[in-house]
Amino acid sequence: MSAAWIIAKKDLKQRLRDRSAYIIGVVAPLGLALVFGFVLNPLSGFEFEGRYVVADLDRGPVARLFVEDVLGGAAGIEVIEVDTVAEAEALVDAEVTPFGGTEGVETADAAIIFPAGFSDAVQSERPAEIQVIGNQGSQTEAGIAVAIVEGYAGELTAVRVAVATVESLIGGEVDRFSTGVQVLQTPNPVTVRDDTASTKQLDGVTFYAAGMAIFFLFFTVQSGIIGLLEERRTGTMTRLLSSPISRTSVLGGKLLSAFLVGLVSMVVLFVATTFAVDADWGPPVGVALLVLGAIIAAVGIVALIAGFARSAEQAGAFGSMIGMVLGFVGGTFFDVSQAGGILASLRFISPHGWFMQGLADLRSDDLGVVVVPVLAMLAFGAVTGAIGVSRLREGMRP
Amino acid sequence: MTAPPGGLVLECSDIRKSFGSHQAVRGIGFSIGPGETYGLLGPNGAGKTTTISMIAGLLEPDGGDIRLAGEPMSPDATHTKRLVGLVPQDLAIYPDLDAFENLEFFGRLQGIKGAELKRRVAEVLEIIELTDRAGDRTDEYSGGMKRRLNIGIGLLHRPALLILDEPTVGVDPQSRNAILESVERLGEEGMAVLYTTHYMEEAERLCDRIGIVDQGELIAEGSQADLVRIVGQKDRLTLTASGSLAATAAALSEIDAVDDAAVGDEGITLIVDRAHDRLPQILEIAGRTGSMVKSVNVDSADLESVFLKLTGRALRE
Repeated sequence: MSAAWIIAKKDLKQRLRDRSAYIIGVVAPLGLALVFGFVLNPLSGFEFEGRYVVADLDRGPVARLFVEDVLGGAAGIEVIEVDTVAEAEALVDAEVTPFGGTEGVETADAAIIFPAGFSDAVQSERPAEIQVIGNQGSQTEAGIAVAIVEGYAGELTAVRVAVATVESLIGGEVDRFSTGVQVLQTPNPVTVRDDTASTKQLDGVTFYAAGMAIFFLFFTVQSGIIGLLEERRTGTMTRLLSSPISRTSVLGGKLLSAFLVGLVSMVVLFVATTFAVDADWGPPVGVALLVLGAIIAAVGIVALIAGFARSAEQAGAFGSMIGMVLGFVGGTFFDVSQAGGILASLRFISPHGWFMQGLADLRSDDLGVVVVPVLAMLAFGAVTGAIGVSRLREGMRP
Repeated sequence: MTAPPGGLVLECSDIRKSFGSHQAVRGIGFSIGPGETYGLLGPNGAGKTTTISMIAGLLEPDGGDIRLAGEPMSPDATHTKRLVGLVPQDLAIYPDLDAFENLEFFGRLQGIKGAELKRRVAEVLEIIELTDRAGDRTDEYSGGMKRRLNIGIGLLHRPALLILDEPTVGVDPQSRNAILESVERLGEEGMAVLYTTHYMEEAERLCDRIGIVDQGELIAEGSQADLVRIVGQKDRLTLTASGSLAATAAALSEIDAVDDAAVGDEGITLIVDRAHDRLPQILEIAGRTGSMVKSVNVDSADLESVFLKLTGRALRE
């Protein structure tokens, strides 16, 4: 058994007996992830839910197609059908008392009104109108209703063009409704893959689970490396240095224990948040690479801090300060990538920023996207670690 | 691990060490044979700890040569370090581990493993009388128990040379006696011991040979009898007094029979030929020069006298 491993094993045994290690390594990040994820970010685990009232005065096939297939087939949408425009307006008017005719329904997010003769107008190429009335208190849901209706209107326009083309080609009239339905059911030849930043965002729970995990990682690994300074304070460094082992082994043991404590903390948080609160960190291999990169960066940076500190207390204070700054800049508390400008760019001076970006990029399920963030974190770890280790080695004395 | 039969366990010659402009050790040299207990006696700050730090491979000497059983010692000499068991002055144990775990950890670092390690740990626990408390965290131990464990760790790998750096500082009398008995026993069992202290009586009790260190130099070396001969048949007279001690000491040193007069923490120490005969004169001068004498003590020459004779200062100034 190598001396470094013997020292690391002893350190791990000490950490296991230290209750504060559990608090910093697991309890605090997990607790804060839950608080931030569920309390500060109520859109956590967001699934769209909309309640739309439809006044179908038309009762024709084009309006029914919308009500039954488009709205009826959409997930998270509840459709309430009423007979009059007044009833529909009443449901979206916040000031109106619950509508007596529809039991249990108090309000709707938007009203969609098909006027009488709508289907005929569409099929005879006359102007037609669908009216959408939004609830003042449900702007998002009302906006989505408008988007759905606009999308349907666009489809109807496309159908009109298609039918007109067919009629001109065959030189006669066709059954416009059945042809229209056929056109609507034809798959689009071109689809747009939405690969914008919005699809690369982590959901609230995952964002805070990962954010708090890496934020506290920088505190968790401190115990191992700063333990080197602590050994000097408690006098045990004298014994270590008088043992028949090299200084590199002593240092290696401390770095190894810091790495292992960080790894255990991250794995526990990954598993706990995945199974307890449905956090979706992404493909495990990609996550593992990012986690390893983050731990190496954390160990390197803490080694640098310890290398310049005069005492364990000073190293702890500096480590906490730098960990907080890097955490905030790196966007572990709020998604700075959405802030734009210098704030969004600034996050890349922090390994936290690369870690969060790597996890967001993993939404694409392409493992290749983690290469740059992992390399960036390794570079952080290598540069800071090299300086820190060199300083620590020089400073190893009884 | 033991030294070659008949060979010296430790040889150091002309070792030197400076910290900035301060010369902590100025050319110290001595040797220790198998089974010998060697005492480094000197006041605080004399250079004892720096000397043993170099011998234990903790510090690199600026000059000179240190050999353990013929092998050169330096901070990188990991093989040679196996020959040394160091018991630092300050406690060097992990408070959140128990005695067994502390011994096991440092034993593993010495390369001992498996059944051999368990056997030696049990053996040392017996020696330091901690077998019953081996499973308790050491932060629950008394000061004396911690000190005994501190010594036990140094013994675990059966070093050729055991270095004890002021092991009784801050220890209650009962534990102190237990520690001294342990060291005596180790010496009797043939282990070479290097013992540093500023307590004269410990050096007198334990050591076969003593080196007196002052201001980084070895100013005298030999058995207790050899060293006392430096003083001759003169007595050591201690005046416990208050007042103008410096003036009194200066006046007393003018007496022909007084070899040395040194002001200490609680009074004045003199090396005097036939002290009992000179007592009236000494007390008269003390009163005249403004010192109020509370008690007088006359001892035959000892290591304290030697130190005073050689340095002009008391050992515990």
